[in-house]
Amino acid sequence: MKSAVVVLPGLNRDRDMIAALTKISGKAPVTVWQTDTEIPDVDLIAIPGGFSYGDYLRCGAIAARMPVMRAIADKAAKGVTVIGVCNGFQILVEAGMLPGALMRNASLKFVCREVKLQVTNANTAFTRGYKPNQIIRSPVAHHDGNYFADADTLARIEGEGQVVFRYAEGTNPNGSINDIAGIVNDRGNVLGLMPHPENLIEAAHGGSDGRALFESALGGSSRQPALAGA
Amino acid sequence: MTISNDVKITDELIASHGLKPDEYQRILDLVGREPTFTELGIFSAMWNEHCSYKSSKKWLRTLPTKGDVVIQGPGENAGVVDIGDGDCVVFKMESHNHPSYIEPYQGAATGVGGILRDVFTMGARPIAAMNALRFGAPDHPKTKHLVAGVVSGVGGYGNSFGVPTVGGEVNFDARYNGNILVNAFAAGLAKTDAIFLSEAKGVGLPVVYLGAKTGRDGVGGATMASAEFDDKIDEKRPTVQVGDPFTEKCLLEACLELMASGAVIAIQDMGAAGLTCSAVEMGAKGDLGIELDLDKVPVREERMTAYEMMLSESQERMLMVLRPEKEEEAEAIFRKWGLDFAIVGKTTDDLRFRIIHQGAEVANLPIKDLGDQAPEYDRPWVEPKKREPLAADDIPQADVADALLKLLGSANMSSRRWVWEQYDTLIQGNSLQLPGGDAGVVRVEGHATKALAFSSDVTPRYCEADPYEGGKQAVAECWRNLTATGAEPLAATDNLNFGNPERPEIMGQLVKAVGGIGEACRALGFPIVSGNVSLYNETNGQGILPTPTIGGVGLIRDWSKMARIGFAAEDEAILLVGAPSAWGTHLAQSVYMRDIHNRTDGPPPPVDLAHEKKVGDFVRTLIADGIVTAVHDLSDGGLAVAVAEMAMASGIGATVNQLKGLSPIPTFFGEDQGRYLVTIPRDKVDWFFEERVKDTGIFAPWIGTTGGRELKLGEARAISVSELTDAHEGWFPKFMEN
Repeated sequence: MKSAVVVLPGLNRDRDMIAALTKISGKAPVTVWQTDTEIPDVDLIAIPGGFSYGDYLRCGAIAARMPVMRAIADKAAKGVTVIGVCNGFQILVEAGMLPGALMRNASLKFVCREVKLQVTNANTAFTRGYKPNQIIRSPVAHHDGNYFADADTLARIEGEGQVVFRYAEGTNPNGSINDIAGIVNDRGNVLGLMPHPENLIEAAHGGSDGRALFESALGGSSRQPALAGA
Repeated sequence: MTISNDVKITDELIASHGLKPDEYQRILDLVGREPTFTELGIFSAMWNEHCSYKSSKKWLRTLPTKGDVVIQGPGENAGVVDIGDGDCVVFKMESHNHPSYIEPYQGAATGVGGILRDVFTMGARPIAAMNALRFGAPDHPKTKHLVAGVVSGVGGYGNSFGVPTVGGEVNFDARYNGNILVNAFAAGLAKTDAIFLSEAKGVGLPVVYLGAKTGRDGVGGATMASAEFDDKIDEKRPTVQVGDPFTEKCLLEACLELMASGAVIAIQDMGAAGLTCSAVEMGAKGDLGIELDLDKVPVREERMTAYEMMLSESQERMLMVLRPEKEEEAEAIFRKWGLDFAIVGKTTDDLRFRIIHQGAEVANLPIKDLGDQAPEYDRPWVEPKKREPLAADDIPQADVADALLKLLGSANMSSRRWVWEQYDTLIQGNSLQLPGGDAGVVRVEGHATKALAFSSDVTPRYCEADPYEGGKQAVAECWRNLTATGAEPLAATDNLNFGNPERPEIMGQLVKAVGGIGEACRALGFPIVSGNVSLYNETNGQGILPTPTIGGVGLIRDWSKMARIGFAAEDEAILLVGAPSAWGTHLAQSVYMRDIHNRTDGPPPPVDLAHEKKVGDFVRTLIADGIVTAVHDLSDGGLAVAVAEMAMASGIGATVNQLKGLSPIPTFFGEDQGRYLVTIPRDKVDWFFEERVKDTGIFAPWIGTTGGRELKLGEARAISVSELTDAHEGWFPKFMEN
């Protein structure tokens, strides 16, 4: 399966994402630059983590306005699977492709540690490799992962099954509302999450709980993305 | 409008530049006239202690710097060591002490930025960072603020740049109340046939300025860092630079892309003393002159003088000599990354350093005398006083269990999780061992089995009590920590932090510590390939504890066999490898004496280097042969703390015996050197002693057994592992967040 990884100045987990996708799919992803207006025909587009443009404005705000993001939005509208991890999640939110906002961690500090995630919707293009409500391990590493949405939005995404990952067993590292760690759009083909599944895919990482996410997502956009109730 | 270079040179101006009257006389002799204001600034920048090593050079020369695997020793931006298969590791440690005290966030951040730049200037992609931090007493009013600022500055820069921080040290001592230490280490991977150096080659070639624009920040920073502090220290805030990790990350990618294009002849990052130091080093090393036209330098402020441009320490800048035919290609790469690119000068054949500003020559100096022929001092020094050993019966008593809990929950022995969870320890996806073990371990990308281990060590209280033994111990402990993961120690970098070298007793500490470091490095085959000296860590006449930090790198050939500190299973035998017959004996200068009995008298534990080497080589073979299931070296806190750390890392308890008829205090808290704890399955014990230990001359008593959820040391009451963990994890968050 073919994938693309977005490379923007300041992103720094691009190499992690490229390594993970290469190891899992057996094929190196193509890379897409900030000014690219066309994205090759791929099954999965990944926006990796980092500090795009230094995050000197709001996290992800500048990246969200680069030409490449318009191209990604077009692809997503056509049903291509898009995943944004960490800064990638922040960028998707800033681009209006996912609802809500990511605020500074409640501790006000950067946090890098392992957390537990509950797969609250195992019926999406990204999570079909997990069992419903399965608890998985995943590292986090961020300064601004405190997810927030207004009451109406929250009720909607909770009601529609758009919350796919929740921090579990008291490991919420950032104060996110409802322990939200990852959400999909209403169509179910765009996922944003703060944790770094790409850093837990092989024995050297001490586990491979993140692998099923990429295996699922690489399964191809031809399969109908299935949202509970959608 | 012309900006004046015409500032009158007075005695006061000379003194404020940190130049002594004899040094100024030397300048007059060299130049043959009164220097211009800009020239005075240039001399001050090049001849200060930080850039010239004038007090330490004589002694640094005595260190072993060569070895089979050493590709590049001291003198370049970083040391380079061969790790086989065409790969090499590039690393260095450098201090950012003075700026971090004045402005902790930016001081620490730019310390990290500077060391990363040193590494990628050589053509290496940074793969690991460490930070050795020393703060004043926890109850000193500035300490909490400095800890918070430094830790968040280290994280703020390293996390954004994208390098995993895999190790380091954090210590507290009242002797750092007025001068904290921020020693930043970075390592990178490069190909052995693609190392880039600063030596310029070829006459009439373009000198190119790359990266960020030049501002007024950090003007005179290196000179500031070459003087003691006094009560007016806050006035020095403008000498601290401001970091921009985003630009640095772009600079890294642009430099590596440019190097791969074959355009680079020589490269030097602009660190201390900025444009001055980088240009002089490139020219002096290549036996060439350099001419710079400052009107071409990208600036971010208006009306900057030549003096300010030459002394600015604005960050994220590089100077290169490029192949003229590749200029266009090079410029395109830098524009793509949004960075400045400007041809600001050329190489010449006259060995002069010439600065043109607004059409006028504002400096014209002999380049060799600025650089590699700068002044050198043989400063007077006195032999440090030897301390009397404690009397044989001087064994202050305490309840072993209570003392252990108190030490684990103390400022200096407690878990540093609060610190390292603010650092990205996982980025790049290669981290195999995180902080909290004996060494940080990072897998070598592109290789199936190889990994590199990193450790940073020094025990300043030992160095204070005996600088020579303390210097030896810093090297030995670093070597031991690497060994405890199974790594073969390759080479080290030294970051020597001392007080005012103009005081003979401080100079004596430096001389002796360097002597001890040299002896240990020679004995252990562990050469010093890069380093940094930070002197004048002194406030109102009170110097820091002598702190020669050693940052070591080791190679693990097969990381699947790597050892960790956590107990692997229940019911395994615990052996104390390298122990003396009483298991532990040396209490003077131990943390037990300092933190339980408030005593700092007596000598530090001596380091028997032959023993150290024999035991370390033995342990490393056991790891490679897959015989031991867990390994931990013994250091601060001795046997009791080491076994507790193994229990806490695994959640598995242990029962440890004690020797009949001996006080348990030295057994459990003595800090004798050259010892490791290892575990092996119980059914292998007989075989192990028969086949592996016998005839080695190494004593490796079976001292206890793993199992349960409690730690029981000899006759002392059992403590649950969770109680140990609560004490250990509790101190730091409580200190910082209350």
